[in-house]
Amino acid sequence: MIENRPITTFVSHTVLILGVALIVFPIWVMIVASTHDALRLTQVPLPLLPGDQFWINLKLLFSGKEFGAPIHLTLLNSLVMALAISFGKIVISIISAFAIVYFKFRFRMFFFWMIFLTLMLPVEVRILPTYEVIANFGMLDSYIGLSVPLIASATATFMFRQTFLTIPDELMEASRIDGASPMRFFIDVVVPMSRTNIAALFVILFIFGWNQYLWPLLVTTDPDMYTVVMSIKQMLESGESEPVWHLIMLTALIAMLPPILVVIFMQKIFVKGLTDSEK
Amino acid sequence: MHKRVHYNTSYLPYLLVAPQIIITLLFFIWPAVQALYQSFLLEDAFGLSTEFVWFDNFIDLYHSEQYLGSFARTAFFSVAVAGLSMGMALFFAALADRVIKGSHTYRTLLIIPYAVAPVLAGTLWLFLFNPTLGIVTYFLDAVGIDWNHKLNSSQAMTLVIIAAAWKQVSYNFLFFIAAMHSIPKSLIEASAIDGAGPVHRFLTIIFPLISPTTFFLLVVNIIYAFFDTFGIIHAITAGGPGNSTEILVYKVFNDGFVGLDLGGSAAQSVVLMFIVIVLTVVQFKYVERKVEY
Repeated sequence: MIENRPITTFVSHTVLILGVALIVFPIWVMIVASTHDALRLTQVPLPLLPGDQFWINLKLLFSGKEFGAPIHLTLLNSLVMALAISFGKIVISIISAFAIVYFKFRFRMFFFWMIFLTLMLPVEVRILPTYEVIANFGMLDSYIGLSVPLIASATATFMFRQTFLTIPDELMEASRIDGASPMRFFIDVVVPMSRTNIAALFVILFIFGWNQYLWPLLVTTDPDMYTVVMSIKQMLESGESEPVWHLIMLTALIAMLPPILVVIFMQKIFVKGLTDSEK
Repeated sequence: MHKRVHYNTSYLPYLLVAPQIIITLLFFIWPAVQALYQSFLLEDAFGLSTEFVWFDNFIDLYHSEQYLGSFARTAFFSVAVAGLSMGMALFFAALADRVIKGSHTYRTLLIIPYAVAPVLAGTLWLFLFNPTLGIVTYFLDAVGIDWNHKLNSSQAMTLVIIAAAWKQVSYNFLFFIAAMHSIPKSLIEASAIDGAGPVHRFLTIIFPLISPTTFFLLVVNIIYAFFDTFGIIHAITAGGPGNSTEILVYKVFNDGFVGLDLGGSAAQSVVLMFIVIVLTVVQFKYVERKVEY
């Protein structure tokens, strides 16, 4: 604190509390809506305080084939996809960064630039041709089709490269004198020294993978392969009448809970990962 | 840049980069080349014959009022999203930087939207602004505003901008806070001793010193608004009413998967790729010229 200005501090807190309330408001309304029954959510004005139907709604949601795929299946699909994307990205990035930093070989810079290119082509701009590739491989409606095309990552490769460049050369020389092979050095020295980076990347990539929408929407036609995030859209569109808001909001709550918990409980590592991977 | 010492083995490095390179080739380079190739083709409505038409698809885009409209809309949308979310984030960050007590709690709550998937963010705001049921609609009605984004195109645009900006506030907030923490305290103390108040200090010291971060965030936010807001628009308006919220990414999807205009969609993809490349280059140019305090 530079100086003591009680009034300014008080105003700052008040405005911050109002601002935070504004940001959290949609989340609050969602939680409230998930605790009421269908009838209450057709009566204007909608409630702003929680009701007592939460467990009943939860049971209804988990019991039912009511809306396409059952939610435990879509949750499982989301989990598999998010984990496959984050593990896949970390593994292929760390080994390719290791090759680029620690080896001298032909086309090294060529490969480096090729990986760099992927950074520039988000899936949204090349959806149609990428879809055709997946379709030709017969990978529609499979976990491979859901995750593999999103696995190549320039950002993660860059981040690992930066980390490896800060590892002292002496460590590698020492391990070489001791007769350790490159892979031994990789497993015993490089990977342990990148632990915090791996954890930070994992948080970011898990959220990225879990929240994918357009790609699962295209490659899955079988309701049993839907992810929980995309099942929301089906629920919004199902039926001729008004959508069933209490179950939609509960599904939304369940769908956003894993990434929110990850962000909150791994906050320190998440913030580090976010600011590091972008700069 | 490079290590002083290297391993000398013949095949191992190739083996190590192989997975990344194969995936890049299959799912990035090949589709990009395909898009480029298809953008020069014209396919008839039944997919029976294709004809090589050189730049006709691009010329069509250039003359298409719908496409140019979508372009202008995307520009407006991204500037509005970037302005709104950065403005709010900067405001919160400036206040949170001042207070000591509770700043951790504020941060925890403010970063929640980052974790929310775009399509879920869209669903939340759709629920709040639902024309018949929405709680915000109810309050707007009480002050005499008739809200129906399903019919009113400027209200539809406003809603997708709010939803998109809401999701991005967390990200901007974290970067602004980090930038403010890296300003040496002595600078701020010196100006406080000289009698500058908090607002004056913010305008003359803090804001100019974080301007590199501001510029970086501007580019990131524009990229976000261009490409990561598909889910929000798909959930809230699906491009409507009319085409009033159909931004470029949405149009590529719509023309390609719904309208089945392959050549036109591919040409749009190529234009988008070009935009991403330009924006990414600008972003990296900035990173290289990063200002040190």
